[in-house]
Amino acid sequence: MTARNTYKRPMTNWWKRLPFYTRYLWREATCFAVIAYALVLLTGLWRFTQGQEAFNAWRAALSSSPSLLLHTVILWGFIFHSWTWFEVMPKTIPFVRMGGKRVPDAVIVRGGVVAALGATVVVLGLAYWALK
Amino acid sequence: MTAEKRIQIECLRYHPEQDKEPRLQTYDVPYTDDMSLLQGLQYIKDHIDGSLTFRWSCRMAICGSCGVMINGVPSLGCHTFLRDLGPGPVRVEPLTHFPIQRDLAIDQTDFLRKLESVKPWIINEKPKKPSDGANRQTPLQIDDYYQFSECINCLLCYAACPQYGLNPEFTGPAALTLLHRYNADSRDEGTSERMAVINGENGVWGCTLVSYCSEVCPKGVDPARAINQNKINSTKDYFLRFVAPRGGSKG
Repeated sequence: MTARNTYKRPMTNWWKRLPFYTRYLWREATCFAVIAYALVLLTGLWRFTQGQEAFNAWRAALSSSPSLLLHTVILWGFIFHSWTWFEVMPKTIPFVRMGGKRVPDAVIVRGGVVAALGATVVVLGLAYWALK
Repeated sequence: MTAEKRIQIECLRYHPEQDKEPRLQTYDVPYTDDMSLLQGLQYIKDHIDGSLTFRWSCRMAICGSCGVMINGVPSLGCHTFLRDLGPGPVRVEPLTHFPIQRDLAIDQTDFLRKLESVKPWIINEKPKKPSDGANRQTPLQIDDYYQFSECINCLLCYAACPQYGLNPEFTGPAALTLLHRYNADSRDEGTSERMAVINGENGVWGCTLVSYCSEVCPKGVDPARAINQNKINSTKDYFLRFVAPRGGSKG
């Protein structure tokens, strides 16, 4: 067979080609929000080991304007991360059946979101109870 | 009588013996509300430019031959109406991520090689004879694989998958889905022969769950689901190796 003189198109800027791809990359980028908040909490733990004064300084730094801005960005990152995570969750698990019928994906997604909201309420409730 | 409607169709043209790179050519095509994009291309070939090359066969979303990029979205030409695209211009390109053979026809060799590698047929230790009777399945056992068996090899999912575009060695959505279709079939005993493909460098772990493959699939197959269910199977197989040296694989 004659060698085929085919043409392969480049992948340059592929994520800009469709909004779906851009959204996918934003979804992946939200892992940086998770890392950032893990670092904030680890810093708190590290300052805690250095004594009361260091820990109080860390707490004071949390209420500064740059910190509040960072936390706002992290919060939106977390919301988008959770939403998109639950959105693809049904694809990552075997078929869920109840009474011999498949549970619709939308129900699984909603279940995940409700569980995340429930966990958030419990954590906030515990924090409120511990701090009052 | 209503005025004739016209649409501008921009086709990507590439002649392997004359062109260094593809170019766009625009055609002005009359259309009626019941015409598909494929019929628009056929009009061009029959009445305007006989040299335009594209694949088609069944014109009813069964054969999977007429996949093209329509305004950047992988679609079947026969499954898209011109009335939804008019007055245009509408850009028609060959499926992306594949080498262009000529005009709108891509080279499918790579996919065919991958399809063969997943052994997409029922494997039995001792093949049954007709005298053994029918292979009975319950509706639930059929439900485990049926939607994955609807794949028509149209390759829209490969054109939707940026991971395949970035790493052409990735086994890709349709081949991995058909692999799962046979592994999930209660009549099949070939799972262990297919584990090497699942676990391999270019197997299911090459998927990052972009999941656009499932969006563009014209048959509702949901390749992203088939692939990601096998990440669980691959993980189980990995840990099983600590107990049984060869895990679930013979490879």
